Amino acid sequence: MPTLPTTISTNAGLLLRYLPAVLAVGLIAYAIVAGGHFVTLAGFALIYAVFVTGLNIFMGYAGQASFGQNAFAAIGGYASAVLTATYGWPPIPALIVGAAGAALCAVVIGYPTLRLRGHYLAMATLAIGLIVYEVTVQWQSVTQGYMGISGIPPLGIGSWEVTSDRAQLIMLSIVVTLCMASAWLIRNSRFGRAIVALSGSEDAARALGVDVARYKLAAFVVSAVYASLAGSLFVHIVGFVSPEVFGMHMVILGFTMLYVGGIGTITGPLVGAIVINLLPETFRGLKDYQDLVYGAALILLLIYAPGGLASLGNALKRRPSTPIPATAPKGARP
Amino acid sequence: MMSESRSREKILEIQALSARYGQIEALHSVDLDVGEGELVAVLGPNGAGKSTLLRSVMGLTSSTGTVRFRDKILPRRDTSAIARSGIVLVPEGRGIFGPMTVQENLQLGAYLIGGRGADFERRREKVLALFPRLKERLTQTAGSMSGGEQQMLAVGRALMSEPRLLLLDEPSLGLAPKVTAEILETLGRLNRDGLPILLVEQKAPLALKLANRAYVVSNGRISAQIDPREIKSHADLAHHYFN
Repeated sequence: MPTLPTTISTNAGLLLRYLPAVLAVGLIAYAIVAGGHFVTLAGFALIYAVFVTGLNIFMGYAGQASFGQNAFAAIGGYASAVLTATYGWPPIPALIVGAAGAALCAVVIGYPTLRLRGHYLAMATLAIGLIVYEVTVQWQSVTQGYMGISGIPPLGIGSWEVTSDRAQLIMLSIVVTLCMASAWLIRNSRFGRAIVALSGSEDAARALGVDVARYKLAAFVVSAVYASLAGSLFVHIVGFVSPEVFGMHMVILGFTMLYVGGIGTITGPLVGAIVINLLPETFRGLKDYQDLVYGAALILLLIYAPGGLASLGNALKRRPSTPIPATAPKGARP
Repeated sequence: MMSESRSREKILEIQALSARYGQIEALHSVDLDVGEGELVAVLGPNGAGKSTLLRSVMGLTSSTGTVRFRDKILPRRDTSAIARSGIVLVPEGRGIFGPMTVQENLQLGAYLIGGRGADFERRREKVLALFPRLKERLTQTAGSMSGGEQQMLAVGRALMSEPRLLLLDEPSLGLAPKVTAEILETLGRLNRDGLPILLVEQKAPLALKLANRAYVVSNGRISAQIDPREIKSHADLAHHYFN
């Protein structure tokens, strides 16, 4: 009965493939219905899902390393905060200006730094994050330094504002859905294929006519826009911004979410953001041992799901038929 | 055959091509040409500079000298522009994109025409007719295929751009004899249909079966030119290799 195990493995693969994403969506739906503290947690998870979706385009698709995505979140967040709270702009134009500013900075910064590879690129992008952090601390006339900016209005259009927790969560769910849909469209476009190709082999991509430098820069700019959007969403949801909001912990959390969720996958950023935001809450009852168990859970996740939760189903994928032998059998002569 | 080949219009002319890796000179003032419709083999031992030659033509390695393709001098470090001129390289080790599906790899092969549309479909059908095995694998990730299938994909992907010159770097590397024969037979058919090919290969007897002409590279220099018809035995081949 050779078909029975095949069917089981195919069904289990399909189930595992979609289960994490279905559970993530289920948890958000539960948060909308249940309300309370869970709504806040789910809201932050969704904001991080936007941030990590952008990181995924640069790291997961294009295969580049960036430790400076928090810089673009800060640019978006502060642009929204300053333009709305200080200058009275409506939130949406402020958000768009923030995203444009982040894109422009990404072009200016990315043009020289993206010539670097591997660890060198990682270090250069890390420096970008530190520089922007320092600017937000020192440029007190605009950013109010460590005091931060408060009184940032919630998102809305005209007199209509998204004020209740549930409405904000629904709005964030829509934004995340649009972000994931756009990431899917990018991945399946000519641009998406080109950036995935350069992550595999820059030389091979170049030899097919792909302008590697231009596409790397474009991927960096796109990921910066996502980060900026996440920064803007954060300040409008919380109503306050200070330099610590966009510190190094944001990068570390983003990386953890990306790898736990599934780097290079479409749903991975959402799954990772929800798991990483909810895990500490799950272990809250353990009190003193909370951090220990949280750390152990992350290690176990990365050991048993190295491709991330969103790619669990791939482990059970079956090859369609017998392959052609790759190498010469022993004793074979050319 | 040699004189017949010589009379063909030269489409690729390489003059005084040199390349270095730091202090090491990998290629020293190489002159080589490929005629219209020719299959020219570049033979030589491991580390002779054969791959560097192809990489230099493609602009993937910095080099000095002149490479003229169909009467135009190619830029030395603009690989995209060289690809746009109609030269496609199937690199050593295949260079397929493992996490992507076979279909996506083929789309990337047709990157310069956008990877979709009626023209793409026509090219894809042509490639799938050449390598029917790929048809069964279209939705499979390329990295999960066998070495033989990956080599077929690498050649198929290169053909998607309808090249005017195909550069092939060791297509037989790591493959079973049967698969190698199958791939080389397909290359021979493509060449007979008019596609000029510059083939780098260590397995000289296989390459000489297909080639109109051959060059032997040794220590980064062209050490001999061979008319394949003159090679009747391993001794003849050894004479050209070691003389």
